[in-house]
Amino acid sequence: MGDKTDVWQGTLALMVLKTLESMGPLHGYGIARRIEQTSGDILSLNYGTLYPALLKLEQEGAIASEWGVSENNRKAKFYKLTRAGRRQLNQEARNWEQTTAILARFLAPSEDAS
Amino acid sequence: MNRLRAWLRRLAGIVPTQQQEREFSAELESHVQLHIDDNLRAGMTPKQARREAILKLGGTESTKQAHREGRTIPFLQTMIQDIRYALRQLRRSPGFTITAILMLSLGIGASIAIFAFVDAALIKPLPYADPTRLADVAEHGVAFPRSNLSYLDFRDWQRLNKVFTSLEAYGGWGYLLQTPSGVEPVTAARVSDGFFRTLGIRPILGRDFYSGEDQPNAPATVILAYGAWQRRFGGRKDIINQTIALSGTPTTVIGVLPEDFQFAPRGSAELWTTFHEQINCEKRRSCHNLFAVGRLKDGVSIQTAQTEMAAIAKQLEIQFPGSNRDQGAHIGSLSDLIVGKIRPILLVLLAGACLLLIIACVNVASLLLVRSESRRREFAVRGALGASPSRLIRQFITEGFVLVAAGTFAGLVAGAFAMCLLLSLVSKDMLSSMPYLVHLGLNSHVLLFAAAIALLAAVIFSLTPILRLPTAAMREALNEGDRGSAGTFWRRLGANLVVLELTIAVVLLVGAGLLGKSFYRLLHVDLAFEPDNLSTLYVSLPTTTYNKDELIVTGAHKIIDRVSTLPGVTSVAITSVIPTNGNGNTDWIRIIGHPFHGEHNEVNEREVSASFFKTIQARLIRGRFLTDRDDATRPRVTVINKAFADKFFPGEDPIGKKYGNGDLAPDSIKEIVGIVDNIRESSLDEEIWPAEYKAHNQDADSYFGLIVRTSGDERSILPAVAAAVHQVDPGIGTTDEQTMQQRISSSQTAYLHRSAAWLVGGFAVLALLLGVIGLYGVIAYSVSQRTREIGVRMALGAQRGTVYQLILREAGLLTAIGITAGLLCALGASTLLRGLLFQIRSWDISTLVLVAIVLGAAALIASFIPARRAASINPVEALRAE
Repeated sequence: MGDKTDVWQGTLALMVLKTLESMGPLHGYGIARRIEQTSGDILSLNYGTLYPALLKLEQEGAIASEWGVSENNRKAKFYKLTRAGRRQLNQEARNWEQTTAILARFLAPSEDAS
Repeated sequence: MNRLRAWLRRLAGIVPTQQQEREFSAELESHVQLHIDDNLRAGMTPKQARREAILKLGGTESTKQAHREGRTIPFLQTMIQDIRYALRQLRRSPGFTITAILMLSLGIGASIAIFAFVDAALIKPLPYADPTRLADVAEHGVAFPRSNLSYLDFRDWQRLNKVFTSLEAYGGWGYLLQTPSGVEPVTAARVSDGFFRTLGIRPILGRDFYSGEDQPNAPATVILAYGAWQRRFGGRKDIINQTIALSGTPTTVIGVLPEDFQFAPRGSAELWTTFHEQINCEKRRSCHNLFAVGRLKDGVSIQTAQTEMAAIAKQLEIQFPGSNRDQGAHIGSLSDLIVGKIRPILLVLLAGACLLLIIACVNVASLLLVRSESRRREFAVRGALGASPSRLIRQFITEGFVLVAAGTFAGLVAGAFAMCLLLSLVSKDMLSSMPYLVHLGLNSHVLLFAAAIALLAAVIFSLTPILRLPTAAMREALNEGDRGSAGTFWRRLGANLVVLELTIAVVLLVGAGLLGKSFYRLLHVDLAFEPDNLSTLYVSLPTTTYNKDELIVTGAHKIIDRVSTLPGVTSVAITSVIPTNGNGNTDWIRIIGHPFHGEHNEVNEREVSASFFKTIQARLIRGRFLTDRDDATRPRVTVINKAFADKFFPGEDPIGKKYGNGDLAPDSIKEIVGIVDNIRESSLDEEIWPAEYKAHNQDADSYFGLIVRTSGDERSILPAVAAAVHQVDPGIGTTDEQTMQQRISSSQTAYLHRSAAWLVGGFAVLALLLGVIGLYGVIAYSVSQRTREIGVRMALGAQRGTVYQLILREAGLLTAIGITAGLLCALGASTLLRGLLFQIRSWDISTLVLVAIVLGAAALIASFIPARRAASINPVEALRAE
């Protein structure tokens, strides 16, 4: 379970940060929905796994939270990106792009493969 | 940075807070609510909407659990859980817990306290610069392997040697200092100029002696010990360059030594002066009054130095055959000189404490075994309910650590207390010769030692029950039937442990018995005088007023007369050295009419008043005692002791014979008028030397001991005696006021023997107690396991006597093995004690037999209780209970 979760947690954290950057402050449910929507509903997220990820990001100081009221007048805890979180997002996004670019090059059909 | 921050926050999260828990519940609730709202909007029924929301979340409880783990560090969290569980378990069986912690703290406390002494005395280096390069330098005489160095020899050694970068001498001295409460004798030391530089000590105030300041033409200067500066001069900084009168000589204070400065050979010295004022002794090569300390050059060993200094001594012997015959050199390490005497005792005590610790650990381990036995089912159930083996093992380890932590803490407290107690038993005089004990305490070394012990104990205690619980067999434990086999396993292991305990107890008991017996012999050594009802003190007449022998003699007589008038005083005497002080203050003699080749015939030299023998009640063997008529106007006479007569006049009558010093100088010729019994001038464990008792009237000294026999309490009269002396002349100093019995029992020899005997005795008693408790535990457990078997036997017709026999035989076998093994080990161990024994062989049969009887009896009592219980088993109930 361990390794897989770590990778997943890593990418999940990146998705959370990106979501918060584009959407502004948002509650946990909203983040989950937004991630699903962005993935074009390919990703089916177990919403419960989001909360440890949020907790970890908050402990690291990448996001901050406070209680607020949702658009339909429900009390909810809103998360927002901190300056450190923005730095982390840029850093990790770059890393991710690099990784996928390398992997893409590996997986691209080779010319002399037949 | 972020990682660290996250870790810190999680660390803080170990303390569980209700608030966090509530907040997350609220967050989840709002999450579910928002989801339900959406689902309702999508057209689900409320029930459906809620179900779908929770399903999508993946369950509220598991989410909460994941969140909880994220908040803290799970490992630490479960550890805290384990600790809480362990504490709860320990609380549930207070008897076990208290016994275990008590035993552990006893063992740990004892070993910590002794280790602190070992650390202070043997491990910590002497507080000098590069102390391993410092050597103790002395002469080597026929009678003394390490004897004082003569001043002139010292100067030659200093000049001729090529092995020391510096060689400096020191000697004891005393001054009379005028204080507000009258004249007080103050202990001092005289040193050569570079003494402090050699040790690497710099005064904290003022300056060191200049080189050349120890020459006769140099002005008189003094350096104060820190304590003296504080106590006598109020710690005033302006004391430097002030002039104080030392025995009437104006002397300039030039420096103050550091507070932590110590020099054990002259531990009590308050004032440090130089040899600039030469005393008579230092003008003669045959007079020995100093020792020296040298700093070895790089690459020079003690042995090399010994060889070189012996060669120089040989050269001087050829040059000065009269004074230096057979005077060799003795070089040793300074640390051997300072701690050499206490080292074997401390090591024996440390060994004793460690043995006690082992017994304590073994006992606790057996208790844990018994406990794990009775908890097999509990752990089997926990295992069956899904606890992983590693988690179960962790539980054992945690319990072991909790026990040890509590035991160590209690042990530290007990150890600190024991240290204070032991230190308070050391007399002040004793402490001044062992200044390194001043900084005794729970320092980092001791704490490290305690931590090491604790870790070891914790490992043992967590391993014991784990060994007992092979995880594979755990499921079987659920099955009731296999109790019997488990019991056998434990009985065998427990029995071995008990034999070990009994063996150690025997070793300690034998050690204690031997040490106790030698201490008894030491205190009851033949003194050849009557020590009860004697008060003693030393008197110092100021040499400025008492500058002629006649004045000293009249002064001494005035003191005797004045003190004699005190109520209860029956007799008063003076002697140059109070008996039991130790061999030394010797004279080299040559008997007229006997062949003589310049050898050094060394005898103890004492100048006594006529009343001396009567006062201490010594037995006259032949001839007569000295009388008051033997004064300066009459020919010199002496009384010799029996050893003198035996050694120098075998088969001859010494009475009327004459002797003198090596060159038979006319004023040294004395006639022997009497032979007295071997009065113990030597310290208690030294051999008796030949001694001569000269008339103080004919050979007066301004410093002498006063011995007073009273009919009443000799202790309460001491202040009155000192006061009476001061009434004769307020300028007279008195010091070292003690009763004769105090002198005997507080002498260093007696002290060392006493502390060794008492401490090892204490360890032995504790070991006996713990060993017997261990035996009781094993037998009692065995009885409880065999209840059914015994019930069957009784049902089949076994008599109570047979049951007693059954149990007692088991105990007797263990005890017999333990005692036999113990006696064998004790024989080996006590040869190591040989150096500490006095007038007793290391295989003293009566001690061995006594120990065997004591241990056997104690073991019998301990096993009788469970045997009685076994014999009173009701067979019907025993069979029904199973």
